[in-house]
Amino acid sequence: MTELSLRLAISFVQILAEMSIVMLTVAIMTLAERKVLGWMQDRMGPMEVGPYGILQPLADGVKLFFKEDIVPAGANKAMFALAPMLTMVVSMIGFAVIPFGPDMTLDIGGLTIKPFVVADINIGILYILAIASIGAYGIILGGWSSNSKYSLLGGLRSAAQVISYELNVGLAIVGVLLLSGSLSLVEITEAQAGGFWHWFVWGARPDGFFPIHTQVFAFVVFVIAGVAETNRIPFDLPEAESELVAGFFTEYSGMKFAFFVSAEYASMVLVSCVAASLFLGGWNAPYPGTIFEYIGLEQLAWIEHIVWFAAKVYFFLFMFIWLRATLPRLRYDQLMRFGWKVLLPIALANIIITAVTVYLFPRG
Amino acid sequence: MEQAFFFYFACVIAATSVLVVALRNPIYSTLALLVMFFHVAGLYVTLHAEFLAAVQIIVYAGAILVLYLFVVMLLNLKQDVRYHRQWPMAAAVGATLVIEAIILTAMKGSTTPAVATDAETAIGGAGNTAAIGDVLYTTYLFPFEVASLILLVAMIGAIVLAKKDVGEREA
Repeated sequence: MTELSLRLAISFVQILAEMSIVMLTVAIMTLAERKVLGWMQDRMGPMEVGPYGILQPLADGVKLFFKEDIVPAGANKAMFALAPMLTMVVSMIGFAVIPFGPDMTLDIGGLTIKPFVVADINIGILYILAIASIGAYGIILGGWSSNSKYSLLGGLRSAAQVISYELNVGLAIVGVLLLSGSLSLVEITEAQAGGFWHWFVWGARPDGFFPIHTQVFAFVVFVIAGVAETNRIPFDLPEAESELVAGFFTEYSGMKFAFFVSAEYASMVLVSCVAASLFLGGWNAPYPGTIFEYIGLEQLAWIEHIVWFAAKVYFFLFMFIWLRATLPRLRYDQLMRFGWKVLLPIALANIIITAVTVYLFPRG
Repeated sequence: MEQAFFFYFACVIAATSVLVVALRNPIYSTLALLVMFFHVAGLYVTLHAEFLAAVQIIVYAGAILVLYLFVVMLLNLKQDVRYHRQWPMAAAVGATLVIEAIILTAMKGSTTPAVATDAETAIGGAGNTAAIGDVLYTTYLFPFEVASLILLVAMIGAIVLAKKDVGEREA
């Protein structure tokens, strides 16, 4: 039984560490979004709290924590409280299978653990898809239980949108699965080691440079569908403020509102992590090996891997903000037509082409 | 340990299944069904069928049940509309199940239990995803293709039904 409790304790520490990192990233993102949007619109962004406004997330958090928690009349109280929790939990547990560092093992008290991934399960990417599909419930329930027509409309829009774009996410991933032959994110990342030309977005075979198995189309479909699944501009129909006040969280205030907002940012981080792991080689550097290895510090190579992973994730997060500053919101029929008539055929064609090229030119 | 998990999953599945039909609010029924799907997936995990567990959640909880919830919310069903006198049907189905349970309990011991051997659970070191794919495209290729054909027919049928008025308007 001691072995079990040790394993539980280690897992608990890992989960705690991973959650703190994610929540810290979420806090950084709330500030970065306002700052970067400000720069892109030729203004300063928040400047009042702390030097250069960098303590703004703290001030926002304190403010939301002390706000009165208002439950609208006629709302379903239990569901109203459940919805933000569900959204938050769903957006956090997806991180369990993300490998944010190299696949090394540590020996602690006779147990072999992987320090940089909480759970290396053999269906990692399916687990992420399952979790992502559950995310719609929090939004629908929040919209329904508020007893407000704007909230309900936002929730229904979100349901239709998530179902439509989830399909594209799933199909875009299939090409990567064909190349790696595994559903585990750790193995998918390892299959892309040895330079940027082995990343699946480029798709060179292990012994060459030529991008015969390129997944660049799947990559574009995945990123667009990922933006849609996180309800971000230009796909933020569920919370379109010019039509629905604030969509499904119109009636929410205080900490419940904070849960919804941080869940949205956390799922942005999750989508970025998955995109980096599947298409941009995860923690692999864009050159073979690591610089630490060349100068003889192999035991520190994991730092370089983690830095590369963080760099890729932050690139995607920046892109989310960039899109928000650039693009106007789609109309609802445009959203549906784009998902079903543009992205879906591209994803399907990509599967067929990848399957044929993998059959003709097998990977090693 | 595995037994404890099995009994937990089984109890929750039984309880939530009853709740699905017993609860008065259709939204709560749908949520009870959601909890049940999760515990069925948990049952699959204890059987080392992780792929099935993930697919169970993606397909049933993630797609089908969201559509149920969608419809229930849009229709906003009145509680009395939902309840017809269905107890004769319920009694017939229930009696069949009870008889089946009695027969299965009575037959216990006369047949050898089909416990998966180590060799069976460890089909392909890569996990059961590869094994399922392998079997689906060799042994069960024909049923698999038939199933996909049926789905295609259902899809075309749904489109024809939904698009009925478009043709009439043009004519």
